[in-house]
Amino acid sequence: MQPKTIIEKIWDTHAVMSEKGKPNLMFIDLHMVHEVTSPQAFEGLRLAGRKVRRPDLTFATMDHNVPTQNRMSITDSIAKKQMETLANNCEEFGIDIADLNSPNNGIVHIIGPQMGLTQPGKTIVCGDSHTSTHGAFGALAFGIGTSEVEHVLATQTIWQSKPKTMEVRVNGRLNPGATAKDIILSIIAKHGVDFGTGHVLEFTGEAIRGLTMEERMTICNMSIEAGAKAGLISPDQVTIDYLKGREKVPDGEAFEKLAQEWRDTASDEGAVYDAVVEMDSEEIEPMVTWGTNPSQGIGIHKQIPDPANAESDHDRRAIQQSLDYMDLKPGMKMTEVEIQHVFIGSCTNSRISDLRAAAKIAEGRKVADGVRALVVPGSQAVKMQAESEGLDKVFLEAGFEWRESGCSMCLSMNPDFVPEGERCASTSNRNFEGRQGKGARTHLVSPAMAAAAAVAGRFVDIRDLKKPSLQ
Amino acid sequence: MEPIIVHEGNTAVLPRVNVDTDQIIPKQFLKRVERTGFGQFLFFDWRFLADGTPDPSFELNKPEAEEASVLLADHNFGCGSSREHAPWALQDYGFRVIIAPSFADIFYNNCFKNGILTIRLPEKQVYELMDNGKEEYYKLKVDLEHQTIQDSKGFEAGFEIDPYWKEMLLKGWDEISLTLQYADHIDAYEKQRGI
Repeated sequence: MQPKTIIEKIWDTHAVMSEKGKPNLMFIDLHMVHEVTSPQAFEGLRLAGRKVRRPDLTFATMDHNVPTQNRMSITDSIAKKQMETLANNCEEFGIDIADLNSPNNGIVHIIGPQMGLTQPGKTIVCGDSHTSTHGAFGALAFGIGTSEVEHVLATQTIWQSKPKTMEVRVNGRLNPGATAKDIILSIIAKHGVDFGTGHVLEFTGEAIRGLTMEERMTICNMSIEAGAKAGLISPDQVTIDYLKGREKVPDGEAFEKLAQEWRDTASDEGAVYDAVVEMDSEEIEPMVTWGTNPSQGIGIHKQIPDPANAESDHDRRAIQQSLDYMDLKPGMKMTEVEIQHVFIGSCTNSRISDLRAAAKIAEGRKVADGVRALVVPGSQAVKMQAESEGLDKVFLEAGFEWRESGCSMCLSMNPDFVPEGERCASTSNRNFEGRQGKGARTHLVSPAMAAAAAVAGRFVDIRDLKKPSLQ
Repeated sequence: MEPIIVHEGNTAVLPRVNVDTDQIIPKQFLKRVERTGFGQFLFFDWRFLADGTPDPSFELNKPEAEEASVLLADHNFGCGSSREHAPWALQDYGFRVIIAPSFADIFYNNCFKNGILTIRLPEKQVYELMDNGKEEYYKLKVDLEHQTIQDSKGFEAGFEIDPYWKEMLLKGWDEISLTLQYADHIDAYEKQRGI
């Protein structure tokens, strides 16, 4: 039999209809819903007198608008209405919801894996572009718009043209100090902010195999920042071990059967992709973005590029536009750049391992004068886990703020934001203009690099910091 | 959805690469539970000065972009967030056609669902149209049925479009009604997989 990629395998087993010259009608195994991109979809159903076809394959949470302080007394009346609307819609249509009172509440892309809803071989959609996160498990997971949310609610299917496949091979082993965040920022910096357009990426290679599930989620999460339809990693023993014992995963014999199916979902040896790009781990060092899209990143000791050296006219314009907004000059090093805010959180980097990595740097140190540093766990379960390990105390003693879970300052729909003209070292995924507040300047980094920036008041190489507790 | 067959209208030129959906519709406007009324917030942070008056240097505020319904955009237009508020805002503002060298995938799909025709043209042709539209009121005629774009000066180009989307736009169909006609296929699929 012809060897197949995981992408083709999932595609072929989910096509309800495939007529030549038309998009395929694809069955969706898991539909995750949140408060911001769903109200108009439910309203559409109501107006047309339609039902949700498979409430049992649908799961909702509140995350984008949720305040990270006093979360039960929401003062923003429009945000409050949006959350109440979701709760009412879930009740009316019979959908399970992890509302603010639920121990399962958290960022949609954190709780899916945490509860074991996310599983290899599934098709997963959500009205959120970072749905690609779930691809870490070998699921085909992608973001959709609100019309598509309505379509999936009504039919449990979606019309999709078959995407092209691209192998992103990360060779070798990571340097000390380099993390999953640095891998994905390096790949996007090297190949561009839209190299993945029209493709589903499969991350392969020794460096990827060596990553934990949480690190793999960070990589797949940012596939969309390369313009990709989705990004995924073939499941292996690491995937199976992570899922064993989770709330929505069966146990005993049923689990063994499922685990075998998951193993079979992995790409076959010798499978052919439409395109292949490569990255050598030796090239990867701690990264910081200097610009206003995620491809505008450099190693901590490299210089900010000069638009005069750009390869094309539109690259030159893009660099200049970013430098103007960020108030930076060509030739500067990121270690010269001072910051006023630090955000450790978001669906990219708010899992327990991210908080541990940041706490390791924070321990025994103090947040620099004039810096406000927020730590926002990805879910209430992550928060509880961190507190049971005493990480909250480490952060608080160092002068960080310890908050409740949510999307928070990744997109600042809740009360957390960066004031105009100020800089933030952020573990989130987008450094777009105004993303963290009007006129705010965002620099994307790993959790350890963010914590180091908090204590130094500027960007520093985590490899240069000596761990006081180890001295 | 309102069908689109032939559209003729004034152009607006936005020569910026990687315009993300956060710029098209900033997050402070995503809390509404309605689908309408987003046009007033389109490109809000670029379009308005701190005192709330229109920024005269922003492309859409220029006199030649007045009442534009065809947007000429640059590479990777609509990247980032999946928010459908972006096409809602563009449509509510008055855009029915967007022409660019490349689009981000989710945005591209979202436009079709809202009756906005997105057209990919080679960079050279887009830049030629942009040059034409930069200084003066410049109209384009887009014929979806024959897949052509024309101006009054002799520019003419064909474009590619997925036949499925073409038919949806031409007929202004509601996609859910269409899919529900295949409900027995979905039933059979669920049965076969035992889910």
